[in-house]
Amino acid sequence: MSTRQEVAAPSEKEQQVLDRIERARRRRAKVKEERITLAHGSGGNATQTLIDAIFLESFRNPLLEPLEDAAELTIAGARLALTTDSFVVSPLFFPGGNIGDLAVNGTVNDLAVSGARPLYLTAGFILEEGFPVADLTTIVDSMRAAADAAGVSIVTGDTKVVQRGKADGCYINTAGVGLREHPGRLGVATVRPGDAVLVSGPIGEHGVTVMLARGELDIEADLVSDTAPVHELVAGLLGTVPGVRAMRDATRGGVATILNEVARAAEVAVVVDESAVPVGTEVRGASELLGIDPLYVACEGRIVAFVDGSCADDALAAMRRHPLGERAAIIGRVKEDPPGLVLLNTVFGGTRICDLLVGDPLPRIC
Amino acid sequence: MRFVDEFRDADKARALSAKITSLCEPGREYKFMEVCGGHTHTIYKHGLEDYLPENITLIHGPGCPVCVIPMGRIDDAIHIARRPGVLMTSFGDMMRVPGSGGNFFDSNAEGTNIRMVYSPLDSLKIARQNPDQQVVFMAIGFETTAPSTAMTVLRAAKEGIENFSVFCNHITIIPAIKAILDSPDLRLDGFIGPGHVSTVIGCRPYEFIASDYGKPIVVAGFEPLDILQSIYMLMLQLKEGRSEVENQYSRVVPWEGNLTALRAIAEVMELRPYFEWRGLGFISHSALRMRDKYAKYDAELHYEVPGVRVADPKACQCGEVLKGVLKPWECKVFGTACTPETPIGTCMVSPEGACAAYYNFGRFTRTRVREASIS
Amino acid sequence: MCLGIPGEVIEILTDRPDLARVDVSGVKRAINIGLLVEEGIKPGDWVLIHVGFALSKIDEAEAKAAMDFLEGIGKAYEDELAALRDSQIV
Repeated sequence: MSTRQEVAAPSEKEQQVLDRIERARRRRAKVKEERITLAHGSGGNATQTLIDAIFLESFRNPLLEPLEDAAELTIAGARLALTTDSFVVSPLFFPGGNIGDLAVNGTVNDLAVSGARPLYLTAGFILEEGFPVADLTTIVDSMRAAADAAGVSIVTGDTKVVQRGKADGCYINTAGVGLREHPGRLGVATVRPGDAVLVSGPIGEHGVTVMLARGELDIEADLVSDTAPVHELVAGLLGTVPGVRAMRDATRGGVATILNEVARAAEVAVVVDESAVPVGTEVRGASELLGIDPLYVACEGRIVAFVDGSCADDALAAMRRHPLGERAAIIGRVKEDPPGLVLLNTVFGGTRICDLLVGDPLPRIC
Repeated sequence: MRFVDEFRDADKARALSAKITSLCEPGREYKFMEVCGGHTHTIYKHGLEDYLPENITLIHGPGCPVCVIPMGRIDDAIHIARRPGVLMTSFGDMMRVPGSGGNFFDSNAEGTNIRMVYSPLDSLKIARQNPDQQVVFMAIGFETTAPSTAMTVLRAAKEGIENFSVFCNHITIIPAIKAILDSPDLRLDGFIGPGHVSTVIGCRPYEFIASDYGKPIVVAGFEPLDILQSIYMLMLQLKEGRSEVENQYSRVVPWEGNLTALRAIAEVMELRPYFEWRGLGFISHSALRMRDKYAKYDAELHYEVPGVRVADPKACQCGEVLKGVLKPWECKVFGTACTPETPIGTCMVSPEGACAAYYNFGRFTRTRVREASIS
Repeated sequence: MCLGIPGEVIEILTDRPDLARVDVSGVKRAINIGLLVEEGIKPGDWVLIHVGFALSKIDEAEAKAAMDFLEGIGKAYEDELAALRDSQIV
């Protein structure tokens, strides 16, 4: 039987076009739009281009260039990690949490995946005129509880109030500082062929929960956000497995976005087995209903880890020892070729590319 | 998931693939067109072409209602959205389709309020909850979606909702298929028929394809096994010298269609004398508009849209790709000026457009992809 | 023409018999079943859902027939593979 699996290379013309695309992908980023659109904030291609073309272009320095979840600083001999995050989630309150614990956990997680012990956070609030004080109190109480659970202190902050109609109730900005205790070098540039890819639990729960909580879709599901601090899970992993190359907090843009960032940064191929990726039944149902792909939907308490291939099973065991990692899974491998691409072996047995989306996954009708 | 997972089984796929291959005559090329964008999406998403022998080619047809909306109609929609007090609602996949001055997201950046909805009923709900806003629903889709729009208008009328209207861009599938059949550039062996349109119109409307044009057509479901089985059924027809309409998707598609749905469409809408399809030009009796009886729900009348015909950018070859004459990579601007980030034409914007599907899913050479995934 | 997903009807809304709550893999939503008045939809039925409307009632017998065909093909394939494996010419 001769199927396409055994067929020779594509026609010369097709190859020329494919080469042209590859060259275009590697070209210097440029923002073509005159105004910011929502796509620029979704974590996908438009966000990457904005960061490269505007922020990196202007601020460029060796500490910023790695563009990891946190910056690695050494000040008077002390190895620190520094991160910042802003939280603009709508609605502010959703099943499983609110903007407050999201803010604390998100910041803690960015530090944790950089191999740092999270220590101190800042909290800046931008409040809308008319925002109920009771809601603010609930949010702040949640932040305290989350901070206690994560073993961090909020040590400084700021408050601004803007006119009715701006700030959607409440926006929060944070910065976080931690101590880099992991001796080895962590970073996506260290990822190499042969590495295994792991995810610490079922994906897409936060994004789908929030989408449903907006109430516009009239869908009910027993879903809660997965927002949680993963610093202990990470510490457990780093403490027992020597071959951890890099970890990322899977937030906006989902797991697929991280895999693409790593594939491009390390110039490797990431090959994922669709059947190995843990997805909860309701996330799956909601995604099928809306026509979106859970791989691109935000999580808030899941990490993606790249580890030396020989340590894959140990890494899985280490993750599973922690309650947040009960359903951790090895989802794929790093290969040499084709560099810069993420491939998905589908449940069905075919293979396809899993590229960066331009913006947020749009619910489809068709 | 029931009725879904069973139709995604890899072992059965291999079996079907073997049967399909066994029906191939050596040295003969087979070309089947899948009309429906949803089928294009499934084919690429599940890597279905890996399961087909080399001599079977799938041509992607114009059955993507998002893909065939002319730029002028997007401009008209934005024109409506710009009017004070208008809250426009739209399906997600329309949000990034470019008009001559940008898409709905760009328009929102300039101040309009165009919101995504999952259902026209959600749009009606927004109208109920926001009596001070004029809520307009951007209605697109084939006969699959038209009944839903029609039912929503009937509901609005029943409840006496005054601040709701529809910008109707529904199109009909048969004229498009006929345009393909009459196109001199194409030589097709058969059609993978649209699955969900058929739940409304039934299978009878396709009979002319088999009887007048002598081409087999199999109405197919949307899971990978559905499509493979449909290809198997097409190959069997060719082998046995038949040209008939067959229904592979019989678990969902009734042969006679859905009379209630057809009645709803007929009550609220009527055929336009002609309508422009991006890439295919003007096709007569191929689109729907609101009947006079429901004029108060017709946004096109309320807001006096400019109705300017915007020609496709010169470089755009969407028309030929939509007809299946060109493969995506054969388009001069594919991958360079026209990419998912900077789409020129709708084949690249819609997730089901052939170009987007190829760029996002299938563009890397299939052999290298297989090598990478097997080892 | 496209995104239609099967869901199970859980209940018909008492005050609005043209609406039903359906379950899609644990996720629930109210949809309009007004297009299927002739079918007499009741809890336990499966329907095809498209943009908040049920377009068609899923015929379980046909679904089973489809699966049987596929199983048959699968079995024939396996039998053939087994025969190929087990046959010896010399």
